[in-house]
Amino acid sequence: MAADLDTVALSTWLREFAGAVKAEKQHLTQLDSAIGDADHGTNVDRGMTAVLAALDEAAPSSVGEMFKLVGMTLVSKIGGASGPLLGTFFLRFGATAGDEQSIDAARFAAAFRAGLDGVVARGKAVAGDKTMFDALAPAADALDAALARGDDLGSALSEAAAAATAGRDATTPMLARKGRASYLGDRSIGHQDPGATSSALLVGAAARALG
Amino acid sequence: MKKLINDPADVVAEALRGIEAAHPELRVDHEQKLIIRGDAPVQGKVGIISGGGSGHEPLHGGFVGRGMLDAACAGEVFTSPVPDQMLAATRAVDGGAGVLHVVKNYTGDVMNFEMAAELAAAETGTEVVAVVTDDDVAVQDSLYTAGRRGVGVTVLLEKIAGAAAEEGRPLADVAGIARTVNERGRSMGMALTSCTVPSAGTPTFDLPENEMEIGIGIHGEPGRRRVPVAPAREVAAMLVEPVLADFDFTGSGGVLAFVNGMGGTPQIELYVMFNEINLLLAKAGVTVARSLVGSYITSLEMAGCSLTLLALDDELLRLWDAPVSTPGLRWGV
Repeated sequence: MAADLDTVALSTWLREFAGAVKAEKQHLTQLDSAIGDADHGTNVDRGMTAVLAALDEAAPSSVGEMFKLVGMTLVSKIGGASGPLLGTFFLRFGATAGDEQSIDAARFAAAFRAGLDGVVARGKAVAGDKTMFDALAPAADALDAALARGDDLGSALSEAAAAATAGRDATTPMLARKGRASYLGDRSIGHQDPGATSSALLVGAAARALG
Repeated sequence: MKKLINDPADVVAEALRGIEAAHPELRVDHEQKLIIRGDAPVQGKVGIISGGGSGHEPLHGGFVGRGMLDAACAGEVFTSPVPDQMLAATRAVDGGAGVLHVVKNYTGDVMNFEMAAELAAAETGTEVVAVVTDDDVAVQDSLYTAGRRGVGVTVLLEKIAGAAAEEGRPLADVAGIARTVNERGRSMGMALTSCTVPSAGTPTFDLPENEMEIGIGIHGEPGRRRVPVAPAREVAAMLVEPVLADFDFTGSGGVLAFVNGMGGTPQIELYVMFNEINLLLAKAGVTVARSLVGSYITSLEMAGCSLTLLALDDELLRLWDAPVSTPGLRWGV
């Protein structure tokens, strides 16, 4: 069992995610141009760039405070649907993480689950709607299952990342039922969902940074 | 891309400077990208704000003024504003009687306005009620889509709810009237050409010279079908039929018939369309009590038009006729 995760360790997750989004920016926007409005990569990149700048400036005193800052920054900078959804994920993550200097694996999993619940409350998506839920929900389930088995956080996050990737790939044949893609009806089938794709990057970044 | 702009990144900010210069009776918050009534907040009056992506002008900023909106939030072109903007607008127009948020039904707009309302409640205790417009019959409304899009009815709602607020009606009444307008209004649009988002630089979709898109949205979203270009009287039928099929407009109060240009259509063509639509409505037993013909909710330079019908009653008619003084709509003052 690795040591608890403090704000420094957790910020490496955010930096890893920001880097992955920057590297995949064109790809995310390309996926979004097929079934949305061609700005997902640009928007999430803008948001995460602002998050890193805010973290450099603020030096948050607790895990909860750090993720509240992350969530509020994303809500303020991204706009569209991704801003409120990703922002709510981190706001709820922070609320559950609490005012501690560091959190253990169980608290991390509980915060991740709370973040997912926040996304559901905000976006009303269910499994199979072809949204970020389809990557995040399998990841939360895999994380909980692995920790319940007694795995350490590193291997639990690896399983979560694999589940998120599989969930992302499973969105391709789905018919979009939420957001702008839903206007396309059957024409949304055959395209990988950009929100699920960036969410898989988020979980993958956690596995690499915190594992 | 041929456009009268300087840098695509500066379009919204520079347009706000132009609005401020042209309309000294309005106040512009350049940091939050808000257009605000010069005399806001009006004490004791329900404040009404709206907002959305830019590129639909005069909606929403052109409808700020006496008898309509108290403030409008400008997002980037075709991108929802963020909650900070809506929260700042809510604060700016809160005259102690609560604030109505007018929201077009797009996933991003709805979520950002929801977050703004939660923040407003948490921070100041301002009572906020949101009314969502979803009048576009081109979209199948079911559990399996984001629902119908908010289009032309938004203009009519902002005018009518604005008049109700100006009369000093309480928030619950103003919101109720706004919901009635949305429930009794339906729209259908079409496009002859695409539009080009400045930051994208290329047309949003390809539409061959000899084809048109029926059921288009105001961001160039796909419509119901693509068909060969046809004479105005046939296009009129393609708009009138689905609107009449979705709601009974034969009531004794008559209708407000709104023929809206998408941004790239000359007024003369809108009147050709209005003539055809008026004939079809008469044949269907629908009485046109009021009309509005012009480009009020646009999609950049897209050529095309939309039809919105609103079933009127005495109250809605009176509120529609009430004085209004905004850059985009002005009468009775």
